[in-house]
Amino acid sequence: MKEIQEYEKDIASIRNMMERSAKFISLSGLSGVLAGLYALAGAAVAYFSLHYPVSPINYRTYSLQSTEAMLKLIMIATAVMVASIGTGLWLSNKKAQKHGLQLWTTASKNLVINMAIPLVSGGIFILIMLYTGHFGLAAPACLVFYGLALIQGSANTFDEIRYLGFSEIILGLISASVPGYGLIFWAIGFGVLHIIYGVIMYNKYDK
Amino acid sequence: MKNPFDNLDKVLEHRVRLQIMSILVTNDGYEFSSLKEMLNVTDGNLASHIKALEREKYISVSKSFVDRKPNTKYKITERGRNAFKKHLDALEAVVKQQK
Repeated sequence: MKEIQEYEKDIASIRNMMERSAKFISLSGLSGVLAGLYALAGAAVAYFSLHYPVSPINYRTYSLQSTEAMLKLIMIATAVMVASIGTGLWLSNKKAQKHGLQLWTTASKNLVINMAIPLVSGGIFILIMLYTGHFGLAAPACLVFYGLALIQGSANTFDEIRYLGFSEIILGLISASVPGYGLIFWAIGFGVLHIIYGVIMYNKYDK
Repeated sequence: MKNPFDNLDKVLEHRVRLQIMSILVTNDGYEFSSLKEMLNVTDGNLASHIKALEREKYISVSKSFVDRKPNTKYKITERGRNAFKKHLDALEAVVKQQK
Protein backbone atom coordinates (compact mmCIF):
# COMPACT_ATOMS: atom_id res chain seq x y z
CA MET A 1 0.00 0.00 0.00
CA LYS A 2 1.28 3.46 -0.88
CA GLU A 3 1.90 6.31 1.50
CA ILE A 4 -0.83 8.91 1.83
CA GLN A 5 1.43 11.57 0.30
CA GLU A 6 1.68 9.39 -2.79
CA TYR A 7 -2.09 9.51 -3.20
CA GLU A 8 -2.06 13.25 -2.83
CA LYS A 9 0.65 13.40 -5.48
CA ASP A 10 -1.55 11.23 -7.72
CA ILE A 11 -4.38 13.74 -7.45
CA ALA A 12 -2.00 16.64 -8.09
CA SER A 13 -0.59 14.92 -11.18
CA ILE A 14 -4.10 14.29 -12.56
CA ARG A 15 -4.91 17.97 -12.23
CA ASN A 16 -1.58 18.97 -13.78
CA MET A 17 -1.94 16.63 -16.77
CA MET A 18 -5.55 17.62 -17.47
CA GLU A 19 -4.56 21.28 -17.45
CA ARG A 20 -1.32 20.97 -19.40
CA SER A 21 -2.57 18.57 -22.07
CA ALA A 22 -5.60 20.67 -23.00
CA LYS A 23 -4.19 24.17 -22.65
CA PHE A 24 -1.63 26.00 -24.71
CA ILE A 25 0.40 27.75 -22.01
CA SER A 26 3.21 29.14 -24.14
CA LEU A 27 1.10 32.04 -25.40
CA SER A 28 3.25 35.11 -24.89
CA GLY A 29 1.85 38.16 -23.10
CA LEU A 30 4.43 40.41 -24.67
CA SER A 31 3.18 39.51 -28.15
CA GLY A 32 -0.26 40.82 -27.08
CA VAL A 33 1.29 44.17 -26.18
CA LEU A 34 3.13 44.34 -29.51
CA ALA A 35 -0.02 43.34 -31.45
CA GLY A 36 -1.77 46.22 -29.71
CA LEU A 37 0.97 48.64 -30.70
CA TYR A 38 0.82 47.46 -34.34
CA ALA A 39 -2.95 48.00 -34.33
CA LEU A 40 -2.58 51.52 -32.93
CA ALA A 41 0.07 52.29 -35.55
CA GLY A 42 -2.23 50.88 -38.25
CA ALA A 43 -5.13 52.98 -37.01
CA ALA A 44 -2.93 56.07 -37.03
CA VAL A 45 -1.82 55.39 -40.61
CA ALA A 46 -5.45 54.89 -41.63
CA TYR A 47 -6.53 58.11 -39.93
CA PHE A 48 -3.80 60.27 -41.44
CA SER A 49 -4.18 58.87 -44.93
CA LEU A 50 -7.99 58.98 -45.03
CA HIS A 51 -9.55 61.42 -42.57
CA TYR A 52 -6.93 63.98 -41.65
CA PRO A 53 -7.43 66.90 -40.94
CA VAL A 54 -10.94 66.04 -39.73
CA SER A 55 -10.71 65.39 -35.97
CA PRO A 56 -11.24 61.71 -35.06
CA ILE A 57 -13.52 62.73 -32.18
CA ASN A 58 -15.95 64.82 -34.22
CA TYR A 59 -18.81 63.05 -35.86
CA ARG A 60 -18.12 62.71 -39.54
CA THR A 61 -20.75 64.06 -41.85
CA TYR A 62 -19.42 61.97 -44.72
CA SER A 63 -18.78 58.26 -44.94
CA LEU A 64 -16.16 56.27 -46.74
CA GLN A 65 -17.59 54.82 -49.89
CA SER A 66 -14.74 54.79 -52.37
CA THR A 67 -13.20 51.49 -53.38
CA GLU A 68 -9.75 53.03 -53.16
CA ALA A 69 -10.19 53.94 -49.48
CA MET A 70 -11.59 50.48 -48.77
CA LEU A 71 -8.60 48.78 -50.37
CA LYS A 72 -6.28 50.98 -48.32
CA LEU A 73 -8.05 49.98 -45.09
CA ILE A 74 -8.03 46.30 -46.00
CA MET A 75 -4.30 46.49 -46.77
CA ILE A 76 -3.53 48.19 -43.44
CA ALA A 77 -5.66 45.68 -41.52
CA THR A 78 -3.98 42.76 -43.29
CA ALA A 79 -0.50 44.15 -42.54
CA VAL A 80 -1.40 44.56 -38.84
CA MET A 81 -2.80 41.02 -38.73
CA VAL A 82 0.22 39.42 -40.42
CA ALA A 83 2.66 41.32 -38.18
CA SER A 84 0.68 40.38 -35.04
CA ILE A 85 0.43 36.67 -35.91
CA GLY A 86 4.12 36.59 -36.87
CA THR A 87 5.18 38.23 -33.60
CA GLY A 88 2.82 35.96 -31.64
CA LEU A 89 4.31 32.81 -33.20
CA TRP A 90 7.88 34.01 -32.74
CA LEU A 91 7.54 35.05 -29.07
CA SER A 92 5.39 32.03 -28.15
CA ASN A 93 7.97 29.75 -29.71
CA LYS A 94 10.66 31.45 -27.64
CA LYS A 95 8.59 31.03 -24.49
CA ALA A 96 7.93 27.37 -25.30
CA GLN A 97 11.64 26.72 -25.81
CA LYS A 98 12.47 28.40 -22.52
CA HIS A 99 10.15 25.97 -20.73
CA GLY A 100 11.33 23.00 -22.79
CA LEU A 101 7.95 22.65 -24.52
CA GLN A 102 6.91 22.33 -28.14
CA LEU A 103 5.00 25.09 -29.90
CA TRP A 104 2.93 22.75 -32.03
CA THR A 105 1.04 20.53 -29.58
CA THR A 106 -2.41 18.97 -29.55
CA ALA A 107 -3.53 21.91 -27.42
CA SER A 108 -2.19 24.57 -29.79
CA LYS A 109 -3.64 22.72 -32.79
CA ASN A 110 -7.05 22.72 -31.10
CA LEU A 111 -6.62 26.41 -30.27
CA VAL A 112 -5.99 27.25 -33.93
CA ILE A 113 -8.88 25.11 -35.21
CA ASN A 114 -11.34 26.44 -32.64
CA MET A 115 -10.43 30.05 -33.34
CA ALA A 116 -10.40 29.58 -37.10
CA ILE A 117 -14.12 28.70 -37.24
CA PRO A 118 -15.51 32.09 -36.13
CA LEU A 119 -12.59 33.95 -37.75
CA VAL A 120 -12.99 32.43 -41.22
CA SER A 121 -16.79 32.67 -41.20
CA GLY A 122 -16.53 36.25 -39.93
CA GLY A 123 -13.88 37.13 -42.50
CA ILE A 124 -16.02 35.84 -45.37
CA PHE A 125 -19.08 37.59 -43.94
CA ILE A 126 -17.19 40.93 -43.74
CA LEU A 127 -15.87 40.54 -47.31
CA ILE A 128 -19.44 39.97 -48.49
CA MET A 129 -20.52 43.10 -46.57
CA LEU A 130 -17.80 45.16 -48.23
CA TYR A 131 -18.56 43.71 -51.64
CA THR A 132 -22.25 44.57 -51.33
CA GLY A 133 -21.52 48.09 -50.10
CA HIS A 134 -22.36 47.73 -46.39
CA PHE A 135 -19.19 49.49 -45.29
CA GLY A 136 -20.50 50.95 -42.05
CA LEU A 137 -20.75 47.73 -40.07
CA ALA A 138 -17.49 46.11 -41.22
CA ALA A 139 -15.35 47.42 -38.33
CA PRO A 140 -17.86 46.44 -35.60
CA ALA A 141 -18.23 43.02 -37.26
CA CYS A 142 -14.43 42.52 -37.04
CA LEU A 143 -14.59 43.12 -33.27
CA VAL A 144 -17.61 40.86 -32.69
CA PHE A 145 -16.25 37.91 -34.68
CA TYR A 146 -12.80 38.30 -33.14
CA GLY A 147 -14.40 38.28 -29.68
CA LEU A 148 -16.30 35.09 -30.53
CA ALA A 149 -13.05 33.50 -31.73
CA LEU A 150 -11.31 34.40 -28.46
CA ILE A 151 -14.11 32.92 -26.35
CA GLN A 152 -14.05 29.78 -28.48
CA GLY A 153 -10.26 29.54 -28.17
CA SER A 154 -10.11 30.27 -24.44
CA ALA A 155 -10.86 26.61 -23.64
CA ASN A 156 -7.42 25.78 -25.04
CA THR A 157 -5.37 28.50 -23.39
CA PHE A 158 -5.42 30.89 -20.43
CA ASP A 159 -8.91 31.56 -19.02
CA GLU A 160 -8.37 35.34 -19.12
CA ILE A 161 -8.66 35.26 -22.93
CA ARG A 162 -12.36 34.61 -22.40
CA TYR A 163 -12.84 38.03 -20.78
CA LEU A 164 -10.88 39.70 -23.55
CA GLY A 165 -13.35 38.01 -25.91
CA PHE A 166 -16.37 39.39 -24.02
CA SER A 167 -14.81 42.87 -24.01
CA GLU A 168 -14.29 42.75 -27.80
CA ILE A 169 -17.90 41.65 -28.40
CA ILE A 170 -19.34 44.38 -26.15
CA LEU A 171 -17.12 46.97 -27.84
CA GLY A 172 -18.19 45.69 -31.28
CA LEU A 173 -21.87 45.97 -30.39
CA ILE A 174 -21.47 49.51 -29.02
CA SER A 175 -19.53 50.40 -32.17
CA ALA A 176 -22.32 49.01 -34.36
CA SER A 177 -24.83 51.32 -32.68
CA VAL A 178 -22.75 54.48 -33.14
CA PRO A 179 -21.82 54.55 -36.84
CA GLY A 180 -18.98 56.74 -38.01
CA TYR A 181 -16.60 55.90 -35.18
CA GLY A 182 -15.48 52.54 -36.58
CA LEU A 183 -11.80 53.42 -36.67
CA ILE A 184 -11.73 54.62 -33.04
CA PHE A 185 -13.46 51.47 -31.78
CA TRP A 186 -11.20 49.36 -33.95
CA ALA A 187 -8.17 51.07 -32.36
CA ILE A 188 -9.55 50.52 -28.83
CA GLY A 189 -10.48 46.88 -29.48
CA PHE A 190 -7.39 45.73 -31.32
CA GLY A 191 -4.94 48.26 -29.86
CA VAL A 192 -5.76 49.32 -26.30
CA LEU A 193 -7.42 46.07 -25.15
CA HIS A 194 -4.54 43.96 -26.49
CA ILE A 195 -2.02 46.14 -24.67
CA ILE A 196 -3.98 45.98 -21.38
CA TYR A 197 -4.44 42.19 -21.60
CA GLY A 198 -0.89 41.66 -22.80
CA VAL A 199 0.46 43.50 -19.74
CA ILE A 200 -1.82 41.52 -17.40
CA MET A 201 -0.78 38.20 -18.98
CA TYR A 202 2.88 39.18 -18.98
CA ASN A 203 2.84 40.03 -15.27
CA LYS A 204 0.92 36.89 -14.40
CA TYR A 205 2.57 34.22 -16.53
CA ASP A 206 5.74 35.42 -18.22
CA LYS A 207 7.73 36.83 -15.32
CA MET B 1 -18.01 2.22 6.45
CA LYS B 2 -16.27 0.39 3.67
CA ASN B 3 -12.56 0.83 3.35
CA PRO B 4 -11.98 3.36 0.54
CA PHE B 5 -8.73 1.62 -0.37
CA ASP B 6 -10.82 -1.23 -1.77
CA ASN B 7 -12.26 1.09 -4.39
CA LEU B 8 -8.86 2.03 -5.81
CA ASP B 9 -8.24 0.63 -9.27
CA LYS B 10 -5.17 -1.61 -9.29
CA VAL B 11 -4.46 -0.83 -12.95
CA LEU B 12 -4.58 2.92 -12.35
CA GLU B 13 -2.37 2.91 -9.26
CA HIS B 14 0.63 3.45 -11.50
CA ARG B 15 1.30 7.16 -11.96
CA VAL B 16 2.05 7.08 -15.71
CA ARG B 17 -1.18 5.17 -16.44
CA LEU B 18 -3.11 7.62 -14.32
CA GLN B 19 -1.54 10.50 -16.26
CA ILE B 20 -2.38 8.91 -19.61
CA MET B 21 -5.98 8.57 -18.47
CA SER B 22 -6.04 12.20 -17.24
CA ILE B 23 -4.93 13.41 -20.65
CA LEU B 24 -7.41 11.23 -22.53
CA VAL B 25 -10.31 12.18 -20.28
CA THR B 26 -9.82 15.90 -21.11
CA ASN B 27 -8.88 15.54 -24.78
CA ASP B 28 -10.83 13.90 -27.54
CA GLY B 29 -8.04 11.71 -28.90
CA TYR B 30 -4.29 12.07 -28.37
CA GLU B 31 -1.36 10.83 -30.45
CA PHE B 32 1.40 8.55 -29.24
CA SER B 33 4.12 11.13 -29.92
CA SER B 34 2.19 13.89 -28.12
CA LEU B 35 1.62 11.61 -25.13
CA LYS B 36 5.32 10.81 -25.02
CA GLU B 37 6.23 14.48 -25.09
CA MET B 38 3.72 15.41 -22.42
CA LEU B 39 4.75 12.64 -20.04
CA ASN B 40 8.48 12.70 -20.69
CA VAL B 41 8.84 8.91 -20.85
CA THR B 42 10.57 6.53 -23.24
CA ASP B 43 8.81 4.82 -26.17
CA GLY B 44 9.04 1.40 -24.52
CA ASN B 45 7.81 2.63 -21.16
CA LEU B 46 4.81 4.41 -22.67
CA ALA B 47 3.98 1.47 -24.95
CA SER B 48 3.89 -0.99 -22.05
CA HIS B 49 1.53 1.21 -20.02
CA ILE B 50 -0.68 1.79 -23.01
CA LYS B 51 -0.84 -1.95 -23.55
CA ALA B 52 -1.95 -2.43 -19.95
CA LEU B 53 -4.74 0.13 -20.37
CA GLU B 54 -5.77 -1.41 -23.70
CA ARG B 55 -5.98 -4.84 -22.10
CA GLU B 56 -8.48 -3.45 -19.59
CA LYS B 57 -10.38 -1.87 -22.51
CA TYR B 58 -9.96 1.54 -20.83
CA ILE B 59 -8.65 3.07 -24.04
CA SER B 60 -9.11 2.39 -27.74
CA VAL B 61 -6.57 2.70 -30.53
CA SER B 62 -7.01 3.97 -34.06
CA LYS B 63 -4.22 3.70 -36.58
CA SER B 64 -4.11 5.75 -39.74
CA PHE B 65 -1.66 7.33 -42.11
CA VAL B 66 -1.00 11.05 -42.19
CA ASP B 67 1.26 12.09 -45.07
CA ARG B 68 2.20 8.42 -45.48
CA LYS B 69 3.50 8.31 -41.93
CA PRO B 70 1.81 5.97 -39.45
CA ASN B 71 -0.23 7.87 -36.91
CA THR B 72 -1.52 6.19 -33.75
CA LYS B 73 -4.28 7.89 -31.84
CA TYR B 74 -5.72 6.89 -28.48
CA LYS B 75 -9.17 7.54 -27.11
CA ILE B 76 -10.72 6.85 -23.75
CA THR B 77 -13.61 4.35 -23.72
CA GLU B 78 -16.81 4.67 -21.70
CA ARG B 79 -15.49 1.88 -19.50
CA GLY B 80 -12.23 3.79 -19.04
CA ARG B 81 -14.04 7.00 -18.17
CA ASN B 82 -16.09 5.25 -15.48
CA ALA B 83 -13.01 3.51 -14.08
CA PHE B 84 -11.11 6.82 -13.98
CA LYS B 85 -13.97 8.57 -12.19
CA LYS B 86 -14.29 5.75 -9.65
CA HIS B 87 -10.55 5.75 -9.02
CA LEU B 88 -10.54 9.53 -8.56
CA ASP B 89 -13.43 9.32 -6.07
CA ALA B 90 -11.57 6.59 -4.19
CA LEU B 91 -8.37 8.69 -4.12
CA GLU B 92 -10.30 11.62 -2.67
CA ALA B 93 -11.95 9.38 -0.07
CA VAL B 94 -8.59 7.91 0.94
CA VAL B 95 -7.01 11.34 1.39
CA LYS B 96 -10.06 12.66 3.25
CA GLN B 97 -10.11 9.71 5.63
CA GLN B 98 -6.51 10.32 6.64
CA LYS B 99 -7.16 13.91 7.61
